Amino acid sequence: MTMHREVLTGKHLMQGDIACAEGAIAAGCKFFAGYPITPATEITERMARRMIEVDGMFVQMEDELASMAAIIGASWAGAKAMTATSGPGFSLMQENIGLAVMTETPCVVVNIMRGAPSTGLPTEGAQQDVMQCKWGSHGDYEIIALAPASVQEMFDLTIECFNFAETYRAPTFLLADGFTGHLWERVVIPSREEIKTVERKKPIVPADKYVPFKPDEDLVPPMACFGEGYRVHVTGLTHDELGYPKTTDPKIQHELVNRLCEKIRKNSDKIIRTYKFMLEDADVAVIAYGIPSRSSLNAVKRAREAGIKAGLLRLITVWPFPEKQVEELSNHVKAIVVPEMNCGQVVREVERVAKETPVHFSSKIGGEPHSPSEIFEVIRRAAKA
Amino acid sequence: MTVLQEFEKHPLAKYLRLERFPHIWCEGCGDGIILNCFVKALDDLGINMDKLVVVSGIGCIGRIAGYIKCDSFHTTHGRPIALATGIKLANPKLTIAVISGDGDLFAIGGNHFIHAARRNVDMTVICSNNFNYGMTGGQFGPTTPLDSYTTTTPYGNIEHPFNLVHLAAAAGAVYVARWTALHVKRLTESIKKALQKKGFKFIEVISPCPEIYGRRNKLGKAIDTMKRYRQICEIRHGYDPAKAEITIEKIIVGEFIDIEKPTYGELLQKQFLTIQKR
Ligand SMILES: Cc1ncc(C[n+]2csc(CCOP(=O)(O)OP(=O)(O)O)c2C)c(N)n1
Ligand code: SF4
Ligand SMILES: [Mg+2]
Repeated sequence: MTMHREVLTGKHLMQGDIACAEGAIAAGCKFFAGYPITPATEITERMARRMIEVDGMFVQMEDELASMAAIIGASWAGAKAMTATSGPGFSLMQENIGLAVMTETPCVVVNIMRGAPSTGLPTEGAQQDVMQCKWGSHGDYEIIALAPASVQEMFDLTIECFNFAETYRAPTFLLADGFTGHLWERVVIPSREEIKTVERKKPIVPADKYVPFKPDEDLVPPMACFGEGYRVHVTGLTHDELGYPKTTDPKIQHELVNRLCEKIRKNSDKIIRTYKFMLEDADVAVIAYGIPSRSSLNAVKRAREAGIKAGLLRLITVWPFPEKQVEELSNHVKAIVVPEMNCGQVVREVERVAKETPVHFSSKIGGEPHSPSEIFEVIRRAAKA
Repeated sequence: MTVLQEFEKHPLAKYLRLERFPHIWCEGCGDGIILNCFVKALDDLGINMDKLVVVSGIGCIGRIAGYIKCDSFHTTHGRPIALATGIKLANPKLTIAVISGDGDLFAIGGNHFIHAARRNVDMTVICSNNFNYGMTGGQFGPTTPLDSYTTTTPYGNIEHPFNLVHLAAAAGAVYVARWTALHVKRLTESIKKALQKKGFKFIEVISPCPEIYGRRNKLGKAIDTMKRYRQICEIRHGYDPAKAEITIEKIIVGEFIDIEKPTYGELLQKQFLTIQKR
């Protein structure tokens, strides 16, 4: 192997799934647990080969319930940890995703979305799990989800996912569609020095002074891991700052659940990433993420050629939802177009925020992505209306 | 002197999160005995409490993780073994004990149990087998005897129970023992042995649930159940676990399996060294 086994610096022709695995390794991932499922299997296979080369740990678990549980355990043992799956496996992970939220466990969950419901379209991409990603586990909570639209972003955003997970102590999702996961494209992997990585905040006080779930000003508590002498108790039950179950005091529930939400909401400016194209003077704005954003870019260019002032807002961060950005945009465009590979998920968020601005939805529910001309047609209709 | 101050003088007090007491268990519950035997084993072995992790699932016994003063994880129902696998593999220096219930480990979590045993992941799994789901008010589970009454078998149980020691042995556990809450000394010795041994170790503890299972099946008080254990238990080390089914007339207890087999961690380390040399 090369000198930098963790970072394969250079230019590569790579598949999206593999770029995701390499991004994880570059971010410092040292533990991967997974269960094979199309179209995410290549991530698991790559990790099986690569983890051992970088002093990391790979384990193929018996199912996705176990994979999710294992990465939570590994994270508490001090490792940056990840799992990867697709719809059916993502459904099985939901209960333990809630456990990760409640116990403030940094971890990364990759969902390469395929056509659904149920076993659906295993080999075909979709974007049908976006709401599940936000709401899939029971209860109120906030998570972070990033949506890559290229193989380069499969690499870059996986690193970003780890950095967010470590910063905010929350499960963080790479929410990619199966088309992007299986795409082969050029990827440029920078040098190790150029890659920014983040490590979780550790306690600076001795064990007898440490209050495990007492947050700092950023609402995130420093994290002592198992074996470090802090003797932490971790539970999925509603707990006080010591980490002890407190299940009859509504005040504790109120404080804890609100803080878990607020630590993401209050920092949303630091988490939200968007890409803007020709929006300054736009009458019609396309809001898209993942693979439809690529057809959208092409459609916007065509619209401009046809004399329609169109632009694109690409959501890189899907959760927390970029409310401010969408609201600002809705104040100066005449219409919004939202293409998604589902029956209408993010479009509901857009409608909620855009209020009076008309929103035109373009739906594809798996099997094939939108063509640029399909989106162009919706832009043209929106411009006329 | 307050009760807490009284407690603090107990030689095993330093292993407990005393501020969390009184515990939630009913009077006469076997779970307190399991806690007692476990911390006694820790004390006898002089275990480094900074390197011990106790993991439990959900249930009455699941609360045990929160009472022991070490790193501990009270996980989701059925998942403690899967989560503990992650802990152990990410930091092989830690000693892992999973302590949970018959429902948690063998109904909802049964798949994780057999696969962790098959992989031979280094951990000690202790099951408090009270023949029912105590926490949720006494429904039947995978170890409930035929004909027993629970809230979901109001006409008697028609499902055949698991023989846990046979299951564990068949799945590949390197150490398999069964005791009851009556066998305090032997259980403690068994826990000590398991904690020192490498690989996937399993100890079943037959545990009275006088408040719920006992009441519904007219087993009397906890003390009556303990007396019954004394009458019907037979210690048979090395006995074939396949034949050690629990019946009304007889409970075979003892060490059934004690073998050596490379652990997941050891095999991985071997592979790691060859790959690093390339
Ligand atoms: C997914 C899920 N299903 C159901 C429950 C409810 N539940 C809590 S404890 C329990 C059974 C516990 O039985 P056992 O493991 O035998 O422990 P015991 O209470 O008998 O000690 C159940 C069904 C839950 N917490 N989570
Ligand atoms: S319900 Fe049964 S198992 Fe639960 S604490 Fe009471 S006696 Fe123990
Ligand atoms: Mg039980």
